[in-house]
Amino acid sequence: MGLPLRDFRDSIDPEMGLTPEGRTVSDGHGIRATRLERDGSTDSGRPCWVRGSSLEAALAPGSLHGPTVSSTILAGWQASMSSTEPATSETATPMTEESSPRRKKRGVPEGLWLRCAGCQAAVFRREAEKRLNVCPECGYHFYVSGPQRIAQVLDEGTFEEWDADLRPTDPLGFQDKRAYADRIVAEQKRTGLSDAALTGKGRVRARPVAIGVTDSAFIMGSMGSVVGERLTRLVERATEQRLPLIIISASGGGARMHEGIFSLMQMAKVSAALARYDQAGGLFISVLTNPTMGGVAASFASLGDVVFAEPKALIGFAGPRTIKATIRIELPEGFQTSEFLLEHGYIDRIVPRDKLKSEIARTIDYCGM
Amino acid sequence: MDNLKFEEPILALEQRIRSLSESGGDRPEVKEEIRELRKELTELTRKIYSELNAWDVVQVARHKDRPHTVDYLSLVFDEFVELHGDKFFGDDRAIRTGFAKLDDIKVLVVGHQKGRTYQERSECYFGCAHPEGYRKAMSKMRLAAKYGLPVICLIDTPGAYPGIGAEERGQAQVIAENMFEMSRLETPIVCVVIGEGGSGGALGIGVGDRVAMLEFSYYSVISPEGCAGILWKSAEHASKAANALRFTSKDLEKFGIVDAAIPEPLGGAHRDHHQTASRLKAYLLKSLRELAGVPTEQLLAERYEKFRRMGQFLTVEPAEA
Repeated sequence: MGLPLRDFRDSIDPEMGLTPEGRTVSDGHGIRATRLERDGSTDSGRPCWVRGSSLEAALAPGSLHGPTVSSTILAGWQASMSSTEPATSETATPMTEESSPRRKKRGVPEGLWLRCAGCQAAVFRREAEKRLNVCPECGYHFYVSGPQRIAQVLDEGTFEEWDADLRPTDPLGFQDKRAYADRIVAEQKRTGLSDAALTGKGRVRARPVAIGVTDSAFIMGSMGSVVGERLTRLVERATEQRLPLIIISASGGGARMHEGIFSLMQMAKVSAALARYDQAGGLFISVLTNPTMGGVAASFASLGDVVFAEPKALIGFAGPRTIKATIRIELPEGFQTSEFLLEHGYIDRIVPRDKLKSEIARTIDYCGM
Repeated sequence: MDNLKFEEPILALEQRIRSLSESGGDRPEVKEEIRELRKELTELTRKIYSELNAWDVVQVARHKDRPHTVDYLSLVFDEFVELHGDKFFGDDRAIRTGFAKLDDIKVLVVGHQKGRTYQERSECYFGCAHPEGYRKAMSKMRLAAKYGLPVICLIDTPGAYPGIGAEERGQAQVIAENMFEMSRLETPIVCVVIGEGGSGGALGIGVGDRVAMLEFSYYSVISPEGCAGILWKSAEHASKAANALRFTSKDLEKFGIVDAAIPEPLGGAHRDHHQTASRLKAYLLKSLRELAGVPTEQLLAERYEKFRRMGQFLTVEPAEA
């Protein structure tokens, strides 16, 4: 299956994307129109991803700038949260509210300055935010919420959320120091999210995509039934609608303990859906961010046709503390970081945050979707 | 491992019967007493075993005398031809793979092995497989699918190995890929948790058309110790975690996660390997017969649906969303 000529032609588009972008950058109508026209006119005999009904939908006047559920969520989020909270390596294992860095900070006045966990420099908050929550001094990638992530990757106003009506429940009647049912309510209130995953469709530099993100702030971004179900439906719809699929993981918690075996089985469920998507010829771009561990790393996050990772993210199967407790030796410097995984051959590219959008667009173009 | 605490009354009674029969088992009155004590023992064992909590079940699942994969290989199957190595890195002893005969049915068996002696146990890392183990399992399963052999997976692991080498060689990656490939492997797959079903390490060979558990095995998202360490801040609370996680065969059968809980002999599998093996064998034969005639397309569709249904959540009115 050689690359048809049009792939190279298409790949001209992202050149534009290679210029550093702020979050407000949006594609002009011209680009969108050209792109769509091309989509509609080419046919190389391969499954015709992206076209057909989605094309019509894309050309419908309301769809480019129509009001979306997301914009309200995003607005609410950006206003309510401290957006540059670093997810430290301490977050490798699921944590309770007592130890969550975000929780500790609650009530602390929003400062103008941040302490960077990477270089310890005092960073002007505005400056970091302008750079998509990346430290201007050392390039350290701070935490970004799920909704923010979607805003960073998708074209403005194009996100249409799917399955927002799903809510977690408590199938085990789980109780540790605190009842899971209470924990859910508290986490929802604290984060403004209904669970740790947000899914839907939108456009990346005018290319229609199905996109899912997990948010490490919601019970460590762990996967319970709602996360598993949203992602599975996302994959199934991407298969039906022939859309490229992007999942950006930020899950230190892996499979969510509080939902027991149901959480574990989500790993199989999402992986099986991805197998069907793969069979249908879909392109899955998996983006690993800090942290991606346990059952999330050991399922969908590792199954990308192309796997990207943000610099210095913590990524692995077992948490560093578990490994240390088992083998009782110090772990090597840089163990389980993106760079470690790149060296060992498990990720395709390390992509800094400001390049993510254009890298995604370019990959979609190369794969002819 | 020391004797199980809740088994102490059983063991004491067993000891009494043994010493009675040694001292004068021929005399009629002693024989009579032994008969009575045996009855009592049966009742006592039944009572104790019917009241086990989840943490007790974990102890039974980890019992040093509990039959392991290699025991079943000789008790359940007529022949086992081991196939070694992942043709990539090594031959993980924590997962055994090979051709086997189940009566007249040729199958491929994949099973975690824990080992019994100290040397065996350290050789197979107490049943904690490395990536090469999962790669080996997958490559042999592909072989089975190519030649139309059904696959039988025997799951018995505390979890996939957490170590530097395991991470370097892609532990997360191999488990993900195994689930991904098993979900579409074109041959029947029957999985049985025979002891510990430890998280991703279990699921890495756990996607099949039938998934069952032996009665006193457990299948969990995380080890009770791990869960306690995170949520209670100390592994000492493992028993609380075990009970909170609802991972016994009874629970999972009720949740619709497993198709069957295979009953164990009175007092657990460790008391009677042969009977356990024959029950396991009966289940495997029954399942394979059910799956034998199913067209591949339907088999895969049903396997997909089986896992697709798993999960519990609520759906609210769009207005609330």
